[in-house]
Amino acid sequence: MTALRKTALWRVVNTWRGGLALAVLLLVALAAVFAPWVAPYPYDIQNLSATNKDPSMAHWLGTDEFGRDVLSRIIFGARTSLAVALTAISVSVTLGMCLGAAAGYFGGLFDRVLTAVVDLTWSFPEVLIALIFVAILGPGLYSTMVAISIAYLAQFARLTRAQIMAIKNETYVEAAANLGSGHFHILLRHLLPNAITPVIVAGMLATGDAIILEATLGFFGLGVQPPKPSWGAMMSSGTAQIFLAPWTILGPGFAIAIAVVSINLFGDALIEALDIRNRVRDV
Amino acid sequence: MAETSQRAADLLQARGLTRIFSDRASLFGKKRELAAVSEVDLDVARGRVTGVVGESGCGKSTLARLVLRLLEASSGSIHFDGIDLAGVPAPALRTLRRRMQMVFQDPYSSIDPRYSVRAALLEPLLVQGVQPGTAAQDARVASLMAMVGLNPTLAASYPHQLSGGQKQRVGIARALAMQPDFLVLDEPTASLDVSIQAQIIGLLEQLQQDLGLTYLFISHDLGLVRYFCNRIVVMYLGRVVEILPDARAAPRHPYTRSLMDSTFEPDPTRRRVVTLLHGEIPDAFDLPPGCAYAARCPQASARCRSDRPVLTPDGAHSLACHHPLS
Amino acid sequence: MALLDVRELSVGIGALQPLDRISFALDKGSILGLVGESGSGKSLTAMALMGLLPLIGGRVSGGSVRFDGTELVGLPEQHYRPLRGHRMALITQNPMTSLDPMLRVGAQIDQVGELHLSLSAAAAKARSIDLLTQLRIPDAATVHQQYPHQMSGGMKQRVVIAMALAGEPELIIADEPTTALDVTIQAQIIQILVDLVRQRGLALVLITHDMGVVAQACDQVVVLYAGRVAESNTVDAIFARPTHPYTQALIACIPRTGQAPGSLKGISGMVPSVGSYAAGCRYHPRCGQVQPICQGEVPALREHAGQRVACHFAQLEGAHG
Repeated sequence: MTALRKTALWRVVNTWRGGLALAVLLLVALAAVFAPWVAPYPYDIQNLSATNKDPSMAHWLGTDEFGRDVLSRIIFGARTSLAVALTAISVSVTLGMCLGAAAGYFGGLFDRVLTAVVDLTWSFPEVLIALIFVAILGPGLYSTMVAISIAYLAQFARLTRAQIMAIKNETYVEAAANLGSGHFHILLRHLLPNAITPVIVAGMLATGDAIILEATLGFFGLGVQPPKPSWGAMMSSGTAQIFLAPWTILGPGFAIAIAVVSINLFGDALIEALDIRNRVRDV
Repeated sequence: MAETSQRAADLLQARGLTRIFSDRASLFGKKRELAAVSEVDLDVARGRVTGVVGESGCGKSTLARLVLRLLEASSGSIHFDGIDLAGVPAPALRTLRRRMQMVFQDPYSSIDPRYSVRAALLEPLLVQGVQPGTAAQDARVASLMAMVGLNPTLAASYPHQLSGGQKQRVGIARALAMQPDFLVLDEPTASLDVSIQAQIIGLLEQLQQDLGLTYLFISHDLGLVRYFCNRIVVMYLGRVVEILPDARAAPRHPYTRSLMDSTFEPDPTRRRVVTLLHGEIPDAFDLPPGCAYAARCPQASARCRSDRPVLTPDGAHSLACHHPLS
Repeated sequence: MALLDVRELSVGIGALQPLDRISFALDKGSILGLVGESGSGKSLTAMALMGLLPLIGGRVSGGSVRFDGTELVGLPEQHYRPLRGHRMALITQNPMTSLDPMLRVGAQIDQVGELHLSLSAAAAKARSIDLLTQLRIPDAATVHQQYPHQMSGGMKQRVVIAMALAGEPELIIADEPTTALDVTIQAQIIQILVDLVRQRGLALVLITHDMGVVAQACDQVVVLYAGRVAESNTVDAIFARPTHPYTQALIACIPRTGQAPGSLKGISGMVPSVGSYAAGCRYHPRCGQVQPICQGEVPALREHAGQRVACHFAQLEGAHG
């Protein structure tokens, strides 16, 4: 598997699409991690005498309605977006895989209940589910993570379940049972490792969606609270001065677009390299 | 007295083994039942090769799994070396599995594609809780590979890098890892080229002699079974129709006769006249009463259609037929 | 003149040469067995004869195929089409994939009659039912209206044979027609094919890996190994006096009645895949009688009195030197 991954990754990086996308993603990630050093200004220094300024040498993307540097806020905003999206999706993938694997492997009542719940969740747009949970839990960083986690749970559970069901009847699983393996051993050592790849890639693509979802919540003021910057919230407050200082909206907007498009391009290239297109479709 | 000595001579004894699968014909339709294996009595002699032969739907693969308790029987009993398998609790069953192993039909899917040969051969030890140190592990892998004639340099290879024959050798080596007494071989050569099939059969013969193994050999190829097996059990639609005491015995059941006639010799001077049967294999869900072969049997009588013949021993030869061939 | 005359046929796929100068000839009313294991090129030969190589990205890279005097290699598609399915028919290996699951089987057989024999729908249907009855399918009229999934493997294969026969072919190429079937059904279908050839004077190329089937049904045998002809002869001669080491070994691989235990010998080594063929004689890595010359020089296909062998050391009957 490691051997396979290594060569697939190399094939992806070798293409224009994959390599460029990965480069951009790394750039964004590094900027987010090293924000205090990369950003020219702290994100919360206000300068009320220099509000809504156009881009200049001092402020590459201008200032917002409080005189804060837009570029710095975008860089720090990347932290929020990436942290929320990655954490939420990681939790979602892990939990979804556990539930989906159990349902697919053991079947029976648990499977039927889970499938029913998943199908029900499936019929709601993720935004709505997230909004519901934020409404219950109140706005903020952690509730945003939880809400996004739950919104995507159905997708991963369902995908994992389908993968597990496809391979649980393979002869090598029967061979493992023949050796005396218990259920846990079979799941952990045979089923999940063979099922994991499409789920990981789906998770990667979902991260892009999650960034947009976090921005959406932020736009409505339900995400990370000020003064912590978030791309969505920045766009929301930017609408008020869209003609006055368009960069307050365009900046975060482009940031979201660049991040999400890079993720999608990379994910797409990875799917092609691993040749699992038919397994990662929307189940 | 004779009974106990017979029991001692048999490594495995199954009585009245039945396995029923149920299914619904349509969403609200009636539940239907398929008896994949029906009331099978099977004796596997210690140190010998017992063959089970039959065509698709005869239940031989299901029987193979019942005998190892990979599938639970709907009814009937299985005694392995005197131990009643049904009563064995899970932890003890796991330990018992060291003594009875299976070699699977499809080498292409019987090894996890993510496991190297070494990992596949060490897995039985891992599962059984036997954890020797690395040196001992290496030695074990090397000895298993040597036993089945695999080049030791292949230990780090993955299944997709191996040929069908090599993969099947890995499957055999894996089955031998815990030094079993009993191997169930489920069509081990069916997906292999003829030249490789002969290699693997030769290997199996060698291993049987060297290690004193007992085999239950499942196949659809009667020619191969007659070459390789001592006792031959013929199955049709879930039931045993005939048990031949040795490969040379003349068949007395019309189905066995037609199986033999359908197995062509590689010898143009011994061409067979194939009598074209009428009738089709009946739907297994919808078996008629009486003998299941009556629909296709050239000598079926009214009695055959209403009254199912019971497997009756005649010395070492057993037969379930109202009108046996002379 | 032979009905089918194949000379030095070579097939290429991409940069590979899976078939190298295959030759054989077949008359009406006779059955030729094309025998080989996987990778021998037998299915490719079938596709080459039917002009279907472009479907798998292949092409004829040399040689000639004459069907009733007409050269097929290089024949434009519009001239090939009237032959295919009509005078030349192909029965493929897996009936599950030859039949359209969305159409009733009867309709699929009718299509052949309507297309190639210009029959009316009613006439085609009557003919199809007649064919199914001849193939010993009980209650043919009902079966005609069934879908493939309602039938067993043996029935489906007989439907495929009916489709092949519906065009009134003179030549049938059957590519492992019974491999996926039960033994008793296989025997039936082989017998049906043999009867058809004898009664109607058809020519049959029977492609198989099963030497038992070859012994039972064929008049002539061509043994392929790794894309080349190893040996070819009449069926009696090739079993009685196999000359090529591969033929000898292949026959020895099959258990015979009464054979002593422990006497079954396989062939050491692996069946080579295209692209990893050995230099010189392609069989030499596995040959028990290999000599240095076998690695360096490709053995020529030598011929004498109907027997052909490609081996440096084989002695042809009655030939000298």
